[in-house]
Amino acid sequence: MLEGYLPLFVFLVLCIAFPLAALLVGKALRPSVFAPAKLESYECGIEAVGGARGRYSVRFYLVAILFVIFDVETVFLFPWAVRYKQLGWFGVAEALVFLGILVVGYVWAYKKGALEWV
Amino acid sequence: MNPAAFYPTATDYLRFLPELILTIGGVLLLVLEALTGDNKDKSSLGYLAIAVVLGAMFAVPVALANPGTSFNGMIVSDGFAAFFRMVTLLVGLFTLLCSTSYLSREKANTGEFYLLVLFSLAGQGIMAASNELIMVFLGLEIASISSYVLAGFLRDDKRGSEAALKYFLLGSFATAFLLYGISWIYGVTGATNLVAIRESLAAGTSGNSMAVAAAALMLIGLAFKVSAAPFQAWAPDVYQGAPAPVSGFLSAGPKAAAFAIFLRIFQTSFESFSSRYEPVLWILALATMLVGNFSALWQSNVKRMLAYSSIAHAGYVLVAVTTNSNVGTAAAMFYLAAYALMNFGAFAAVTHLAGRGESHVTIDDLKGLASKQPVVAGLLTVCLLSLTGVPLTAGFFGKFYIFKAAIDNHLYWLSALGLLNSAIAAYYYLRILAAMYMHEPKTTDHPEPVPGGIQLTMWFSAAGILTLGVFPGLVLDYANRFATFVK
Amino acid sequence: MTLEAFFFYAFTTLALGGATLAITRRSAVHAAISLMVSLLGVAGLYLLLNAEFLFVSQIILYIGGILLLFLFVIMLVNLDAGRGLRQFHQRWPLGAAVTAIAGVAFAILWSRAKLPPSQTMPDVGNVELVADTLLQDYLVPFEVVSLLLLVAVVGSVLLARKRA
Repeated sequence: MLEGYLPLFVFLVLCIAFPLAALLVGKALRPSVFAPAKLESYECGIEAVGGARGRYSVRFYLVAILFVIFDVETVFLFPWAVRYKQLGWFGVAEALVFLGILVVGYVWAYKKGALEWV
Repeated sequence: MNPAAFYPTATDYLRFLPELILTIGGVLLLVLEALTGDNKDKSSLGYLAIAVVLGAMFAVPVALANPGTSFNGMIVSDGFAAFFRMVTLLVGLFTLLCSTSYLSREKANTGEFYLLVLFSLAGQGIMAASNELIMVFLGLEIASISSYVLAGFLRDDKRGSEAALKYFLLGSFATAFLLYGISWIYGVTGATNLVAIRESLAAGTSGNSMAVAAAALMLIGLAFKVSAAPFQAWAPDVYQGAPAPVSGFLSAGPKAAAFAIFLRIFQTSFESFSSRYEPVLWILALATMLVGNFSALWQSNVKRMLAYSSIAHAGYVLVAVTTNSNVGTAAAMFYLAAYALMNFGAFAAVTHLAGRGESHVTIDDLKGLASKQPVVAGLLTVCLLSLTGVPLTAGFFGKFYIFKAAIDNHLYWLSALGLLNSAIAAYYYLRILAAMYMHEPKTTDHPEPVPGGIQLTMWFSAAGILTLGVFPGLVLDYANRFATFVK
Repeated sequence: MTLEAFFFYAFTTLALGGATLAITRRSAVHAAISLMVSLLGVAGLYLLLNAEFLFVSQIILYIGGILLLFLFVIMLVNLDAGRGLRQFHQRWPLGAAVTAIAGVAFAILWSRAKLPPSQTMPDVGNVELVADTLLQDYLVPFEVVSLLLLVAVVGSVLLARKRA
């Protein structure tokens, strides 16, 4: 059964090999000069302020968790999509109920301002 | 494949009607909450939620009139399910009745509270009626997640937030155990349907030792949910920190539903090795009674004391579960119904007496209550006497049937130790009574009037306690008739 | 060694190695990234079992969603404040002992268990099979999942949104 995944495997190997090769070739070709400025974080040319480990706003968390929840919803719709024809209108009704309940949650979260950034 | 073969029939829906009503009602409330503006008093949504719960209560007999499994054996509508649906719905009704005034007092009266109660009730109903481990898990999670949020509903209250966090972490941990057990059972028997698991284990076609280990994992998860020792540590902090009506709700509703799946899973699926888990349940029951009662002795906070007392009561119900018999199941059903009445009655009184910000919840605050608010004191007395197990109350017959079932099943030591425990318990309940009746009031300020919903709850629970204390047959006959499971 | 056995051991190494790193790294961000390696290994095992749907869900949900959430939560807390505190993973001997006992118990149970005959998965992709089971036999759980997700939406927004 694994033969079916051969293209995927080749793809994976290429994905790992290419950046490794690029890094190694780059190391071999470039001159090695030390300068303290090279060790600083690069912030589009502006001098970096503060540590990289600053605290994020709780809003990121809210957006992330809403994303996860609706992500789960999407995954549940995949099986329905592949059997769309065979399940017929009954399947459509099932998916509509499933989506309907979650859309209500989405509308509520929107109205409550959970998605507002400021 | 032919989808038409899977179309649910009308009977399928009727057997699932209470949960359908609760879900639709909850979603409707969510829409209404979104459509009405913020910063308004949403008591009207609370009344709508009460109507939804009443509708679901009327749907319970409809489901019972159509016994059998529905949706490919996912849901089973039998007398046992109807009983626990009714108990949890009653607790939910009490919660809603007590909450409108409480939330207005705490300035947090939003529709989300009511719809979370409805969703939690839907989850508990699914638990009570599920015939399938996947449904058990989903019902449990819906009920639990709603409860976590309800426990931390007052977001500005630090104790509430702490309660929600502890409840969430330990509750998720417990669910993980349950889920792990379910996955083992599926691996061993290839089934998640309770009856199919029973058949597979009885036929001996699948391994027994792994099934016992899976049952042990599920036992741990369920023991967490019913707050049995040594998995009870979360209960006192959560019940103390959560808003008082929510504490009442958590101590009666989800606990009854957890016992329902406890009884159903162990007596349907795992009956073939009941001798293996009986000693474990024996120890669990005794430890739960001892930890609950002895810890309650030292409490000065009424909510915390009631939390330990609710652990002790879970211990009594576990005695009934240990008997692993129909008589024991019936006794457990009767006890949980009586316990819902008396414990919620007590929490309703606490909800009223605690005052704004729940600043008056120690036993000292109850001093002289009898002369200040004789009616509240009287109704609370009925609940406390019933919790003690005094004759002519529901609590007496609850304990009587449990220990009778235990003796019938030759659990003499457990019965003796259990009776000893209820004697110890009398001390801390009587301490509250003594404070109410034998002390002068601390302050002379005029008491606030009791809100109608709380009054109704207290009167109803006191009347229920006394009725069951005189005519226990009203509930017990029903419980005896339906204490068997579809096998 | 067959090709399948080779991939099995490769994915198992990823899963176990990632998990070990996830609980031993001091930096929470490194631990989360190690967890991702572990989850990838598990996804590979799903693929070896022909469970393609699970494989895809594992990547989309766990690595694409939940791990991202983990990283946000890690960034949400003040990591510097925790640096000076005693770490509780110094209890590792106890943890190792419990794990060893559980492992031995599992091995004993496994050796004594009678398991149902293993079924070979059909060679074709199984998303269709998942669909038939999920949307027909498990129709009610499927719909109830949406209720569970709705409760999760309401709960998380209620607890995390700005104070009114």
